[in-house]
Amino acid sequence: MATEDSPSTEKLRRIWEGKPGLAGWLSTVDHKEIGKRYVVTAFLFLIIGGLEALLIRAQLARPNQTLLTPEQYSQLFTMHGVTMIFLYALPVLSGFSNYLWPLLLGSRDMAFPRLNALSYWVFLFAGLFLYCSFPMGKGPDGGWFNYVPYASRAYNPGSNIDVYALGMVLLGISTTVGSINFIVTLARTRAPGMSINRVPVLVWGTVTASAGNLLAVPAVSLAFLMLFMDRQAGTHFFDSVAGGQPLLWQHLFWMFGHPWVYAIVLPAMGIVSDALPVFCRRPLVGYTAVALSTVSTMVLGFGVWVHHMFASGLPALSLSFFSAASFVIVIPSAVAVFAWIATIWTGRPVFTAAFLFFAGFVLLFVIGGVSGFMTAAVPLDWQLTRTYFVIAHLHYVLIGINVFPVLGGICYWFPKVTGRLMNEAFAKVSFWVMFIGFNTAFFPMHILGILGMPRRIYTYSDHLGWSTANLVISIGAFVFAIGLLLFLINVFRSFNHGAHASANPWGAASLEWSIPSPPPVYNFAVIPIVASRYPLWEDLMDEGPERSSVGTGMLLDQGRETVGSTVLDAEPDVILRMPGDSYLPFLLSVSLTAVFVSLLLHSTWGLGVTALATFAAGVWWLWPQRALGQIQEQK
Amino acid sequence: MTPESLLLIGDLSMAYDHTFGPAVDRITSLGWGLAIVSLLVVAVISVLLLIGIFRKRASHSQGLAVRHDSGGVRWIYVGTGISTVVLIGCMLWTMVVTAAVSRPPQKPALTIQVTASQFWWSVRYEGATTARTFITANEIHIPVGQPVRIELSSADVIHSFWIPQLAGKMDVIPGQTNVTWLQADKPGRYRGQCAAFCGAQHAHMALLVVADSASDFGTWQQGQLNDIAEGDTPGQKVFETHCAVCHTIRGVSPEGIRGPDLSHLETRSTIAAGLLLNTPSNLAAWITNPQLYKPGTRMPAQILSGVELAAVTSYLNSLH
Repeated sequence: MATEDSPSTEKLRRIWEGKPGLAGWLSTVDHKEIGKRYVVTAFLFLIIGGLEALLIRAQLARPNQTLLTPEQYSQLFTMHGVTMIFLYALPVLSGFSNYLWPLLLGSRDMAFPRLNALSYWVFLFAGLFLYCSFPMGKGPDGGWFNYVPYASRAYNPGSNIDVYALGMVLLGISTTVGSINFIVTLARTRAPGMSINRVPVLVWGTVTASAGNLLAVPAVSLAFLMLFMDRQAGTHFFDSVAGGQPLLWQHLFWMFGHPWVYAIVLPAMGIVSDALPVFCRRPLVGYTAVALSTVSTMVLGFGVWVHHMFASGLPALSLSFFSAASFVIVIPSAVAVFAWIATIWTGRPVFTAAFLFFAGFVLLFVIGGVSGFMTAAVPLDWQLTRTYFVIAHLHYVLIGINVFPVLGGICYWFPKVTGRLMNEAFAKVSFWVMFIGFNTAFFPMHILGILGMPRRIYTYSDHLGWSTANLVISIGAFVFAIGLLLFLINVFRSFNHGAHASANPWGAASLEWSIPSPPPVYNFAVIPIVASRYPLWEDLMDEGPERSSVGTGMLLDQGRETVGSTVLDAEPDVILRMPGDSYLPFLLSVSLTAVFVSLLLHSTWGLGVTALATFAAGVWWLWPQRALGQIQEQK
Repeated sequence: MTPESLLLIGDLSMAYDHTFGPAVDRITSLGWGLAIVSLLVVAVISVLLLIGIFRKRASHSQGLAVRHDSGGVRWIYVGTGISTVVLIGCMLWTMVVTAAVSRPPQKPALTIQVTASQFWWSVRYEGATTARTFITANEIHIPVGQPVRIELSSADVIHSFWIPQLAGKMDVIPGQTNVTWLQADKPGRYRGQCAAFCGAQHAHMALLVVADSASDFGTWQQGQLNDIAEGDTPGQKVFETHCAVCHTIRGVSPEGIRGPDLSHLETRSTIAAGLLLNTPSNLAAWITNPQLYKPGTRMPAQILSGVELAAVTSYLNSLH
């Protein structure tokens, strides 16, 4: 039995603690540090993307306004989309999962701690890279979908699109290594007894998204690489005059783009599936059905990309196939919705701020779902697509299914991460301001779309009947922004002045609540042994005599170690030696980013040097170390 | 010279809750049907959610609300079952409508070739001979009550052809000719607008479909086929010096293809792709400073003396 201040935990602390100061900051591979950085960085991008949205809404508030030039408007809506979709929505979920996974799974770190650090640094640098030309008025301006030939050099000379193309390839590296890490972590580093049917739904969501990303990201990386070559190396992949095919871009982009949409909502749905039941004081209804619906959503998600291209002149027969697939993908979402409603109905709701965010989310999810169902109908989509109806739909989906669960998740895990409670009343006020602001901003967009207002127009005439709706929308957008600001103020205040939190302030069931708040650097003093899906609720339920063990278990204090276990049943089969803190992820990220900067600047000399440096960092990283040799557990 | 004056040419709504032709009417019904299903779903879920949250609980004992990790699964079976039946029904309806509107009910009376450019529309009526062929811009006249075939091509980037009250969107993609069709069952003007982001002035790439009675359409068509008489006016000289590089006037100056064909400009109700009402003062303002009204348009500003401007404006105003 290891208690908090025993000599053994002191030893563990020494083993796992990083260097102090800047050195530690640059070299840490602690998943909790990396997770927090992911979330904070993603929120900074959310704020930037939000300010861009407010500028757009200020321009559109009245007809014929000239606050922004057309070119500024193009850059703003492009960067708004790029920022929210690529630099906020997935990274914030990666942050949650990075922080939480080892705590949920009962281990001491992710499977590849250094790779984890690499994925963060590359994400950060790719984000900065994507923004490097924006302050000079040369930001990407072809929309986040970046259709060719508008994005080709002939129609878009200058560095705008090159920045986007290279930045996306760089970001793809971060996503890819991060996804690999999640998949291997799930397969390999769960605590003994944490069998595949006991892992929290957030884990299902993230691993599904990761597998999806591994299959989807190559399509977009390839597309952007081909675009860069078309622009700078004289190839003609997308140039119809030379036998290329503009629609090839659309296929590649949406083969990635649609699965990506599911990647940025499934982990958030997982947050709800795990945290909502805690505030309903019961387990999630239909765990297995929800887990399987998560996976099947992603599988089906690879068969619906053409619903972004219903108006591109493809034959009616193939459109009907993709239309049918787009209807069918609603079914797994229905499974999840009814599981949440049943959980609320058969549970006993506790009206915390987190509960409000999750319950609000269910409604927004359904509204975003039914508008998506309308656009699945091919001929109707010929009217709805590229109007404000679609903007309404995608914001109900992305804000409703990503932002609301994320904010609820912050309310829920804030005490665990910081050791302090958020101000509940303040959080509830910010929820209501956001909920009202959100619906005021985005519900009228459905109507505006049916009134025929196309997307991506920087202004409109008064005689088209769009003025009133636009004014209401702009007001709603600012209210929503105020709500988010209130939430963030609450986070800062509570971080410094919140009441101290116990280990398990919500009476939750999963492993992270068995350790102190905030968690010690080594996570678990001993590796827990899991006997059920809800380890901390075993005494409250009549589910058999088996009890999980969170106080006794393997100590593993001979260096940075955690337990490796089998894929399905989580039988322990190896003690994994984990690498210590290292500057290599940072160095490799810097040199990799420098490669992309060299490409952007057409510097052959720079490209040679930076490529060599990247290669050297890679070799250094992979150089075999005796200390990391794995030891088979003696049976 | 305010854009509001465009209202002078009639109601230019793009709302498609109510439509005026067989290429869209069944889509509109489908849209209303799916919207009603959607609103019902949202209403039912909201009610379930609210009752679920606020219904009275038996007792507030300590511990969890249940003692077992089970129960409630019937919600998923029933809810998903009903959803699936509704989805399949809507899917079948969609397929029927898709098949019905994909092709016109009878052979189209007329084929019109529309070429989209940044940021305007060229419209070509193919005749049996070159003499029976003519080109106009940004306004498409069609005979009422007859299906019209539209062949779409692009001169530069991707655009999308959309006349909400007559036809759903069809993208205009370089390297391929996409075909769509429309039919107006009621005479009148129907506004359309490019629906695929195509650059700085995507916002001002409108077009009008004018549905005429058969006789009005014949008169209009005959008028468009007439050559403009070549004269010796100062206005024509200014046109030939400053405008003819990009703009064609049938019978006078056939070389310009970069900008809209201006033969019979005076028969059109708007200029600059639906941005400005076609009045002498708007025309003069546009010629001298197009970048003010449409920043990013390919049309360069013309440096003209007051006399030259008046001459060319009155010349263009004479092109009936």
